[in-house]
Amino acid sequence: MPRLNAEDPVTVRFTLDGEAVSLTVTPRTLLSDALRHGLGVNAVHVGCEHGVCGACTITIDGAPARACLALAVQVEGAELRTARSLSPGGIPGPLPAAFARHFALQCGFCTPGLLVALDAWLRRHPQADEAALRAVIGGHLCRCTGYAPILAAALAARPAYARPEAVSDHPGREEGEESS
Amino acid sequence: MKPPPFAYLRATNLEEALAALEEEGAEARVLAGGQSLLPLLNMRLARPRLLVDIMHIPGLAGLTREAGALVVGAAVRQAELEAWPALPRTLPLLARLLPHVAHWQIRSRGTVCGSIAHADPSAELPLALLALEGEVRLASRRGRRSVPAGAFFLGPLLTARRDEEMIEAVVFPLHRPGQGYAFTEVARREGDFALLALAAVATAEEVRLAIGGVEDRPRLLRLPPARASGFPAALAAALASLTPRGDHHAPASYRRAVLAALAPRIIAEAEACRA
Repeated sequence: MPRLNAEDPVTVRFTLDGEAVSLTVTPRTLLSDALRHGLGVNAVHVGCEHGVCGACTITIDGAPARACLALAVQVEGAELRTARSLSPGGIPGPLPAAFARHFALQCGFCTPGLLVALDAWLRRHPQADEAALRAVIGGHLCRCTGYAPILAAALAARPAYARPEAVSDHPGREEGEESS
Repeated sequence: MKPPPFAYLRATNLEEALAALEEEGAEARVLAGGQSLLPLLNMRLARPRLLVDIMHIPGLAGLTREAGALVVGAAVRQAELEAWPALPRTLPLLARLLPHVAHWQIRSRGTVCGSIAHADPSAELPLALLALEGEVRLASRRGRRSVPAGAFFLGPLLTARRDEEMIEAVVFPLHRPGQGYAFTEVARREGDFALLALAAVATAEEVRLAIGGVEDRPRLLRLPPARASGFPAALAAALASLTPRGDHHAPASYRRAVLAALAPRIIAEAEACRA
């Protein structure tokens, strides 16, 4: 990638929820805006735009990432996943299904980010204890539920993560493995 | 809350990055994990003309053991260091402290060196580097130099890094027998910026107490060994020498009071776990 001048259009290519995509952006285009406005991805919500609320959380190369704190130009060649990939073919996987059963969402604004973060953690730690799940949930702001149903849903979905075949088909990268 | 316009360079080698920093100086900012820089850009508190993305430079992504120390390259993410299997045994202070850095979602992207370069006065990683007497390795086109942690943090978001330099790595001395460690921070919620943070290292010869969030940069107090008869007086004098700041999070009197209450406890904890 050559040096880009400010406002130079550039085409960025990456994988999104298993599909190869390309997008024309400028250097200052935030990944959150690129995904939402460039690709129509509603599974990315923008709350605070400075990394605190967690609503924009996706994974980049298997690791959770605030899309509002990434530039689109940074993800050239990367593999991105959003909450959509937790419901392949529109069929809710174990974690989204548990959210529905346990009333872990009301307005749904924080939900996609929480799903991505909890899924990423449970893939790495299928035996995750409540304290660890609370710590993951702590990285997200929810104004509706009081968090208890979110924790209940994560605990209810936990057994499914011990059985890899029950979880949708995308690799979670192990911590310590270098990102691209 | 969108960033102002800037040019972007994805450096493929160190020389390319250093040349860009030399040319643009203070108008360029290094982009590593972006977890401190992007909020500044999104709030337009920083308006660099150029971002130099260093995450694709070979050789910066390593954790390397070197003569009793761990060298952490500039591209190493905080979560990677946190998950390093040898961490609890060789860097117990970091094992205690890293889970307090923001949240896992941030640590998965943010880098160790980035947090140290950003130098927030209440940040945990600068505090750890100070307590462990680590050093910062800086590179520029003119060469390399090392700055000890005690000389690196100069003020809020202000360090000894010159505009044309980037942090190539930071170095944490590893555990030596006979040392003990403790860490605590006070925050309204887990993951919030610390109102104050304390890291203690107890050895046979001294106690080092690193204090964050109280003044405009982390401070290191050097004290006699915890069991020395003069210790309580030395601690009281050292704490009195600080000028706690007040802000909209907490008044100075609060920081002073909490510091006085927690410092002896943290030091006792470090002393008790010397091994």
